[in-house]
Amino acid sequence: MRIGDAKQSYEADEAIWTSSTQKIWLAIFLLALAVFPFFADSYLLYMGCLVGIAVISTTGLNILTGFTGLISLGQAGFMGVGGYTVAWLSLNTALPFPVTLLLAGLLAAAVGILVGLPSLRVKGLYLAIATLAASVFLHFIFAQWESVTGGMGGLSLEPAHLFGLTLQSDFEMYFVIVPLAVLMVLAAKNVFRTRIGRAFIAIRDRDISAEILGINLLRYKLMSFALSSFYAGVAGGLFAYFYRVVTPESFPLSMSIFYLAAVIVGGMGNLLGGILGAAFMTLIPEVLNLLTAALTPFYPNAPIFMSPMLEIIFGALIVGFLIFEPHGLAEIWHRIRRFFSLWPFRN
Amino acid sequence: MSSILEINNLSLSFGGVKALQDVSFRVPENTVTTVIGPNGAGKTSLFNCISGFYTPQQGTIRYQGEVLAGVKPPVRAAMGLARTFQNIALFRGMTVLDNIKLGAHVHMKSGLLGSLAYFGAARREEMAVRQHVEQHIIDFLEIDHIRRKPVASLSYGLQKRVELARALAMRPKVLMLDEPVAGMNREEKEDMARFILDIREEWGVTVLMVEHDMSMVMDISDHIAVLNFGQVITEGLPSEVQNNPEVIEAYLGTSDMDSLRKKLNPEYEVA
Repeated sequence: MRIGDAKQSYEADEAIWTSSTQKIWLAIFLLALAVFPFFADSYLLYMGCLVGIAVISTTGLNILTGFTGLISLGQAGFMGVGGYTVAWLSLNTALPFPVTLLLAGLLAAAVGILVGLPSLRVKGLYLAIATLAASVFLHFIFAQWESVTGGMGGLSLEPAHLFGLTLQSDFEMYFVIVPLAVLMVLAAKNVFRTRIGRAFIAIRDRDISAEILGINLLRYKLMSFALSSFYAGVAGGLFAYFYRVVTPESFPLSMSIFYLAAVIVGGMGNLLGGILGAAFMTLIPEVLNLLTAALTPFYPNAPIFMSPMLEIIFGALIVGFLIFEPHGLAEIWHRIRRFFSLWPFRN
Repeated sequence: MSSILEINNLSLSFGGVKALQDVSFRVPENTVTTVIGPNGAGKTSLFNCISGFYTPQQGTIRYQGEVLAGVKPPVRAAMGLARTFQNIALFRGMTVLDNIKLGAHVHMKSGLLGSLAYFGAARREEMAVRQHVEQHIIDFLEIDHIRRKPVASLSYGLQKRVELARALAMRPKVLMLDEPVAGMNREEKEDMARFILDIREEWGVTVLMVEHDMSMVMDISDHIAVLNFGQVITEGLPSEVQNNPEVIEAYLGTSDMDSLRKKLNPEYEVA
């Protein structure tokens, strides 16, 4: 049971982690993340990197959809802008890796602002359609602007260099992706401790009274779009360095839906939910594959039977979450935490 | 006494419906001024004109001597016009504390980069707001026990109080309250009346409110304007308004059918 955590200052009260138990678990978690690559095999490392990229992009979409209430189907398009930016920059300039990544985020943010312009007038499904149109438009540019994007064949990149190291393997990429993911989630958390994050939530909950409180709706909606697509752009840039090739098919529309599903399954408007949702959506198909493999010795027909079932099971899991846990994985996490913070007493 | 807010010949119509017709009255500085009138008299429309949601077809609103035409709602907020809504307009996804802090939004400056880093000026600003909210608002309105709760879990009376707290965090010069005690029990009403009087006296804020509870209106108002069918019938001290025959008629109705018909149709001739 948690006791004795009365705070003496507002500063201590507003901290992200307020109890020593939390801090210890956080330290253990970060340590686990740091030593993970030394013990994991190449498959797990590959998955770790994918989860890291997904966490960044999901956090971005969560800012826009979960916290500001603006539904977007453009996330894959914004990631594409980021991916193509780093690809083009690394092929045509000598800019160092961190700079290309930053520029990828900034360019994606600029595109995000353009796409977000209709959001002052349209909301909900209509905005989803507007962003869908933007993503189709971006896809068209990726495929047709051959002199810059390489057309359908896409662009291939050289491995990134950082501090004299060549980031060639998943092992090296892991140490770029995961710390960046941690930093960016932390930055997002900070935003929601300040007036800007509150303004986003106010717009989501009741835009008319947000305006009465002096929140300029257009400005903050565009800011949310910019921030969200910045995250998407950085994730897309990492994606490009990770696979070292970008084609128009690297960023399909289904990817936007994947991230929207990750936000919803994880818990809208909850950063922890975004992390859990990203991990869930990335890992569950793999877990189902492993399950199939484990079943094969007993039922030799398992792969034939299971492979068409995987998508159905995956879909059923998402539907199940929506029905039984509308607040997402984050709510399950909070229940577990409540149980332990009061243990051994009944909640 | 000088007026902080002056409404001159304001007219507002939606198609054929005349919500406000030639409405003029003034809100003297540092008073509790109440607008009363039957349902549909145009009180909330008047509030919406003052906060900038509706653009009146005619007339002007002067705030501290300045005409407010074309000034957008967020700018009016920064100028010191705060309001609460008839149907509570809190942000349900946030805690009480965050809702109140949102009121201070216009007085804060930190930008996106400062927010992302939560460092330096952005952090100091957040702490200053927290301190101000805690010491001056939460304490004053006696809501310290609920500050961590999500607003959706609170009773109606407490939600109204949180909405008042949020408006106070805007550091208003004029506080507009749309039915602050509607749906409250007696004790909650008494608390709210006390808060409103204290806000005027201790904070020096001018209060403009719309309210139906006549005993409270007569007890705490310094100045009353009566609105009926979009027009100001009379304005003055509570005692003057109370005994005005037109006000009594507007509120209690009349048994004289001819006068009612005449009111609905000015061309109607008494048979």
